[in-house]
Amino acid sequence: MAVVAGKSSGNVVFKILAYTLCILLAVVSLFPFVIMIINATRSTTQIQQHAVSLVPSTYFFSNLDVLTDKSFDPLKGFFNSLIVSSFSTICTIYFSTMTAYALVAYDWKLRKPFFTLIMCILMIPAQVTSIGFYQFMYKIGMTNNFLALILPAIASPTTVFFMRQYMIPSLPMEILQSGRIDGAGEFRIFNQIVLPMMKPAMATQAIFAFVTSWNSLFLPQILLIDNNKHTLPIMVSQLNGDIYRTEFGAIYLGLFLTVLPVLVIYFLLSKHIIAGVALGGVKG
Amino acid sequence: MKTKLKGVSYAKWGYIFSIPFIVIFLIFSLYPTIYTTILGFTDCVGLNNTSWKFLDEPFKNFETILKNQSFITSLKNTVIIWVMNFIPQITMALLLAAIFTSHRNEIRGKGFFKVVFYMPNIITAASVAILFNALFSYPIGPVNDIIVSVGEFLHKINLIDEPYKEYNFFVDKVAAKIIVAFIQFLTWYGNTMIVLISGILGISPDIYEAAEIDGANGWQTFFKITVPNLKTVLLYTLITSLVGGLNMYDIPKLFLEGGPDNSTLTTSVFIYNQAFSGSYLFNRASAASMILFVLIGILSAVLFWIMRDKDEARENKERKAAMREAKKKGAMNKWQ
Repeated sequence: MAVVAGKSSGNVVFKILAYTLCILLAVVSLFPFVIMIINATRSTTQIQQHAVSLVPSTYFFSNLDVLTDKSFDPLKGFFNSLIVSSFSTICTIYFSTMTAYALVAYDWKLRKPFFTLIMCILMIPAQVTSIGFYQFMYKIGMTNNFLALILPAIASPTTVFFMRQYMIPSLPMEILQSGRIDGAGEFRIFNQIVLPMMKPAMATQAIFAFVTSWNSLFLPQILLIDNNKHTLPIMVSQLNGDIYRTEFGAIYLGLFLTVLPVLVIYFLLSKHIIAGVALGGVKG
Repeated sequence: MKTKLKGVSYAKWGYIFSIPFIVIFLIFSLYPTIYTTILGFTDCVGLNNTSWKFLDEPFKNFETILKNQSFITSLKNTVIIWVMNFIPQITMALLLAAIFTSHRNEIRGKGFFKVVFYMPNIITAASVAILFNALFSYPIGPVNDIIVSVGEFLHKINLIDEPYKEYNFFVDKVAAKIIVAFIQFLTWYGNTMIVLISGILGISPDIYEAAEIDGANGWQTFFKITVPNLKTVLLYTLITSLVGGLNMYDIPKLFLEGGPDNSTLTTSVFIYNQAFSGSYLFNRASAASMILFVLIGILSAVLFWIMRDKDEARENKERKAAMREAKKKGAMNKWQ
């Protein structure tokens, strides 16, 4: 665009308003988390005198002591969350790509009805069926078992939908045909030709699958009753309990530790994440 | 797409590759859905109770739930909180999307703003809820600290007679609702903004060029071109937000456990409390789940119907009518 010499005053006003709004929203969005990080390093007494401060203090480790003294084991929670989220991400990505491949590459009678079915269950929130899910898991003895959270990830309609959208324009059928001529079986074609081609889409979807699983509270809270099996969000939910009522420093630190992995992932991959959201939005 | 090579049909592989999805869906999704429905008609109460039977009056649980004052309150709260979050959210997201896609006024630092605006969405909702509980805590908390400091400052320069006192947000029903709606807004406006931006970028630039040549100003372009062309994207946002909003659990549950006085009790929190606390009323929780399920289904269907492409629907009708006409005339059509 050519730069017009005499910019009209309307443009200046627009810019001032736009920047003011953006900066204001940025402050509102960042403020809670900045307070959280700074207060994680301050003692409860300091917080009680002035809860807002922009200067970090030196009580990080004493807060950590208070926190871990009271049955809060962030490392355990971290590993539990990591196991659940990693395996469910692998399941989601591999099998969703496989399902999308079935929908794109083959011409079968029930293909259209199957896709319609996927679009319908896209709308069903897991929460409304959770009572039956819990009772079923209890009956077969799978409460306190991570598999109850990992296996359902194999059928993830949202991911199938996005993988299909990505695959339709980017998967040339000729390559499959040449693979067949070379004598490769269908599974080999999928694993060795299709999967590598889908890597970019799989990576984006993997981030979302991982974060969604990492952040989920409802089902883990219902299923994982054993303290040793608690994931990070369940541990966070206990920070509000009476044992921490007056230990503000420890609460902020606990919150900080639980969101730290997500923050690290986000700042490393924010470009891909935002591009992924732009592709059509993902609701957690 | 032809998938036949040397007369070999590959259709069966479509079925084979779909097996994992279908099997897992049947076991972990469809069966629990049916199971939940069935439990709604039974006397299944108490933790770890696996021996239940159907009620003599099958709809007893549904009746009890629909007469339950807390359930009605929770439904109202859910809708109120969703509306209080969605209207500012979509307004702000549209405004930001318009700013970020404006051709006449390029804004610097778009990448930075997008990263910051989206950030609250990716952070564990459970943590955000507890964080806000700490931020608004009474009498000592960051927000109250700010209120008192501002009050002292205003008092010093003689703008107000009395310095502000700490405010207990946790006993104020309206304040609690507003805060929950605000957290919901904060965690989702960035996401909605990014979806809308990509929607706007998908609109053909030719239309904008034509509007500019015709002398349309910024407002006209926005309301006459951007918004109508975004209809599908807006519908998508509305539906996903509605379904998500009606299931709102993490934030109201962890912020104040549905309090004060049930003012932030949402339907999902109600269902959880029925099933997993107190007397473990699984049957009533199931009935409540099914009511919510049906409600979500109806609302989505209504939204789809309202927002359906009327022009396209009319065209379809006209095409069908024309085809019927053509069939009547019969023979003539065969020549074409």
